[in-house]
Amino acid sequence: MEPIVKHEGLVVCMNRVNVDTDQIIPKQFLKRIERDGFGEFLFFDWRYLPDGSPNPEFELNRPEARGATILLVDDNFGCGSSREHAVWALRDYGFRVILAPSFADIFYNNCFKNGLLPIRIPRELYKQLSESHARGEWRRMTVDLERQTVETDHGISFSFEIDPHKRHMLLHGLDDIGITLQYEADIAAYEASRRPYQFVYA
Amino acid sequence: MGRTLFEKVWDAHVVKELPDGQTLLYIDLHLVHEVTSPQAFAGLRFAGRKVRRPELTFATMDHNVPTVNPKDVRDAIARKQIETLEQNCREFGVQLAGLDSPFQGIVHVIGPELGLTMPGKTIVCGDSHTSTHGAFGALAFGIGTSEVEHVLATQCLWQSRPKTMRIQLNGSLQPGVTAKDVILGLIAKYGVNFGTGHVVEYAGTLIPQLSMEQRMTICNMSIEFGARAGMMAPDETTLAYVQGRRYAPKGADWDACVAEWRELRSDPDAVFDVDVVFDVSDLEPQVTWGTNPGQGVGISGVVPDPKDAKSEEEALAIRQALEYMDLKPGTKISEIPIQHVFIGSCTNARIEDLRLAASIVKGRRVADGVRAVVVPGSKQVKQQAEAEGLHEIFLEAGFEWREPGCSACLGMNPDIIPAGERCASTSNRNFEGRQGKGARTHLVSPAMAAAAAIAGHFVDVRELTSEGVTA
Repeated sequence: MEPIVKHEGLVVCMNRVNVDTDQIIPKQFLKRIERDGFGEFLFFDWRYLPDGSPNPEFELNRPEARGATILLVDDNFGCGSSREHAVWALRDYGFRVILAPSFADIFYNNCFKNGLLPIRIPRELYKQLSESHARGEWRRMTVDLERQTVETDHGISFSFEIDPHKRHMLLHGLDDIGITLQYEADIAAYEASRRPYQFVYA
Repeated sequence: MGRTLFEKVWDAHVVKELPDGQTLLYIDLHLVHEVTSPQAFAGLRFAGRKVRRPELTFATMDHNVPTVNPKDVRDAIARKQIETLEQNCREFGVQLAGLDSPFQGIVHVIGPELGLTMPGKTIVCGDSHTSTHGAFGALAFGIGTSEVEHVLATQCLWQSRPKTMRIQLNGSLQPGVTAKDVILGLIAKYGVNFGTGHVVEYAGTLIPQLSMEQRMTICNMSIEFGARAGMMAPDETTLAYVQGRRYAPKGADWDACVAEWRELRSDPDAVFDVDVVFDVSDLEPQVTWGTNPGQGVGISGVVPDPKDAKSEEEALAIRQALEYMDLKPGTKISEIPIQHVFIGSCTNARIEDLRLAASIVKGRRVADGVRAVVVPGSKQVKQQAEAEGLHEIFLEAGFEWREPGCSACLGMNPDIIPAGERCASTSNRNFEGRQGKGARTHLVSPAMAAAAAIAGHFVDVRELTSEGVTA
């Protein structure tokens, strides 16, 4: 997994609440058996008009959003289906960081498995950032996961909280399974301590 | 201090706790389906890893399966996904209820009916509606594909301890009002993210009055208000449901399990981070008018006006929803015409749901211009329904009677609602495009869906008389 330590990039703001994973990656694209190539289908139904041309109204299609790697979005982002394809699509499109007042739990966990940093910010701060962004006061930000700080290119800066374990994994691009297998003895001991009927089903 | 039901199940599954708060949790049952598993198996293969406990892993196919002829998968990519699951199960030694199995069906229907789902277990699946299994007093939650791979390889999962919430459902339901109306009414009142970060325990005087099917409907939709999981303490109803099922413990094992399961309830002095009381006595049958499960109202209500919204954000959300749904503020819910009825999904496709719907359509006809479809949740549900003659009731009324699968809940298979058309659906999500691009979904109970099929529009199921449909 590609680590993320410090990231500077263009910000696109989506002033929408409850963006569900059905919108992030509609189900017709879930039938692939690979992890890559989902970026072109990101936000498909919002991003393209019925004739297949880009919808000029959609946030990501505006000229000033071209090349954005940081997404600023309102409450409860990633709700609904557990599909990790949503995170794969965001990453494949080029996003590295998402800032929102809140994220749905499964989506939030999925981000950390794929080098995508979700940052929870207070709702008042979201409003301040989205409004000043809409007024064109700033366009880019620098996210420093090591220091847990964010700074916009017009000088607003703030810090953020993140679970230390998740931060560690992202900073070093670690594979969860490799780490867990270091606890093999603990897992085996746990299994030995459980009665067999709990485990056998056939 | 006493412990909650959740804490008891959690504590019994801790393999390792790290100083930073991360817990390695043991997983007792891993359910697998074709859509969220291929990349996980590919990851194992790539790293040369095996499935640690194949006997704790159980797979089926449901999302992609056509419901007219399940074996006629014409979509080449869907077929590839189904074949990939078959191959992965063979290669890694995982038991599969495939298309030829008498046990195939929606993963959250077959887990309980096979007795794989039991009180006190930790259960995961790469599917958000895994919360369903919490109805048995299991800790059950949906995970992403990377976590599917992790559980396959290690039988464990890293988790941070969630907060706890108790929702006391008190009172008794009026006739014609169902568990589906309870969960829709609850989400309409509290919003689609009030459960985020919490494991919810449903308690209160209503629960003992509910069958397992009804309890599963409520727990199933816990994810629709963001809860990590929904749980209910096991009781005699739970035990009666589990006992004798295919994979349920037998003999002395059963007795030992029962003794343990009787402890699975929150202690009287257990403390929850959040406590909510919801009285169901006056609850009406619910219908959603918007594009998330919280945008709903009772059948006697009207489509809301954005002008009456409590905040600017809410007004915007209502406006966006009404535009997509092509509804005008003030329209009576009972005057909204429908073109499709879908009775199915992991929320409402169990035998009791089909019995309820059949009791309403019996001797009646589906309204002109309405296409109504019943999709049983599993092969076993279908077989049971046919043994009871329910399929004849549906067919005589003009319903289609299909083979099991996820069907029109999510439109990943040929069952898609056309753009611009309206569906009364017993499923769990009314998101934009969920049932097909441009499709307009109204979430309802099986009783309300059946009544809408007869009337051609939403109607209070309590007003249906033996002479026909009033209103």
